[in-house]
Amino acid sequence: MFDNKIIVEDSLAAEQLADGRTGVSVLARLPYYRGLGLSMVENIQVVIDGKDIDRENVRFAVRGNMWTLDEMETEYGDRWNFGEKAKVIALTDSPVTKGEHEVSVAITMRVSYLPFVPTSGDVKTLVL
Amino acid sequence: MSIKRGVSLYSFQHETFLGKMNLEDCIRTCAEIGAFGIEVIGEQSFWGYPEQPAKTSDIEHWHALMEKYGTTPVSHDFMLDYKRYKGRLMPFDEQVASIRRDIDFARQLGAPFLRALVSIDPEVLVAAAPYAEEAGVKLLLEVHAPLHFDHPWILRHAEAYDKCGSDALGFLPDMGMFLDKFPQVWKARFIRNGVPQKIADYVEKAYEDRVLSEYVIQNVREMGGTGPAIAMAESLRHNAAYEPKRMLAHMNRIHNIHGKFYEMTDDLVEPSIPYEDIIKVLSEGGYNGYICSEYEGNRWVEDAQEVDSVTQVSRQQKMLDTLISQYAK
Repeated sequence: MFDNKIIVEDSLAAEQLADGRTGVSVLARLPYYRGLGLSMVENIQVVIDGKDIDRENVRFAVRGNMWTLDEMETEYGDRWNFGEKAKVIALTDSPVTKGEHEVSVAITMRVSYLPFVPTSGDVKTLVL
Repeated sequence: MSIKRGVSLYSFQHETFLGKMNLEDCIRTCAEIGAFGIEVIGEQSFWGYPEQPAKTSDIEHWHALMEKYGTTPVSHDFMLDYKRYKGRLMPFDEQVASIRRDIDFARQLGAPFLRALVSIDPEVLVAAAPYAEEAGVKLLLEVHAPLHFDHPWILRHAEAYDKCGSDALGFLPDMGMFLDKFPQVWKARFIRNGVPQKIADYVEKAYEDRVLSEYVIQNVREMGGTGPAIAMAESLRHNAAYEPKRMLAHMNRIHNIHGKFYEMTDDLVEPSIPYEDIIKVLSEGGYNGYICSEYEGNRWVEDAQEVDSVTQVSRQQKMLDTLISQYAK
């Protein structure tokens, strides 16, 4: 559900972290009918123009805080709320050029009552 | 006393997800269509919960809305994320403590019932029952397809509740377990996903013929089905046309009902779920609690059309109103 609403339209932006590393971000929503504690977000796979971003180069940021995907696994005090727009940041070796890019975001969630671990993804062409 | 009408705000998930409706819009809509019972999934409608306690201002807003629109809280649906920790299940005592927190939350909302997901261990609910009794609320296991009232897991729950003797434990059946026909919105979506028409027609017919899911899956494979065709056949593993009369043996423990539906046509019919039979059975069983609409069609149509949950819920409420007047007065 909500697969085609994960990536927020017109949300591609250039990013520079405090440590100087650069990349791009999109706003994203959890494809689920409720929010989820961050420890249950197993993975956020980002692909830009067909190129996979390594897991260690993805950051999740919301309400002024930022996590690596490994840090999220043991974050028990915060959550990705229902419908909440969070920033998914992809750090890149070289700058992403201005113009159109195909961005894919796929989210894997550990949901207690499901007998499988679902992944839902969205692909959109956005302009930087 | 007759059957009462309510709505689970789950029904408006498309609009609330996108910020097109807020909590007040949902409650006002329910009141306008004469569905005065309100069910919520706490962590859908109250941001921050359960990692953070609900904000006092949010709780006050909730009660102000109930007052303003004349609505009544019915149920808080809790989730109990026992897989919160990667690679290990939440310990038993922590699961019980988690339910206690939800009981406190339900009391804050003024909801007499809590929905427990069907996979929860019966002993965890039994251990939480005394706290629920003290709080004056009931924990209701959602009996949901593919589980049903004859399934050993549900019978085990019923036995555990009887043995413990607490009237704070009960059931909340989801009407999706009485799926009579393969929903047209599912079939259309599977076809858009790439299922050949011939296979889609076969699966629909096989469902109506009550063919065992494993045979249907095998037959679809032999017809050359892959990917979405297998997924369509596998949907039969998770759904079946169970018998509404099976609720009758448990009426003393059924206190709330999910009026699941996938599509209401413009002549006010849910073609896949036999609501007329269901209302007759509930009437026979003397049920006088709420049926809360639970619209779950959005995920089947959102790729092809704009979702209109309000129209869908409104149609179902009209249908329920008619059937209740006809059979359950």
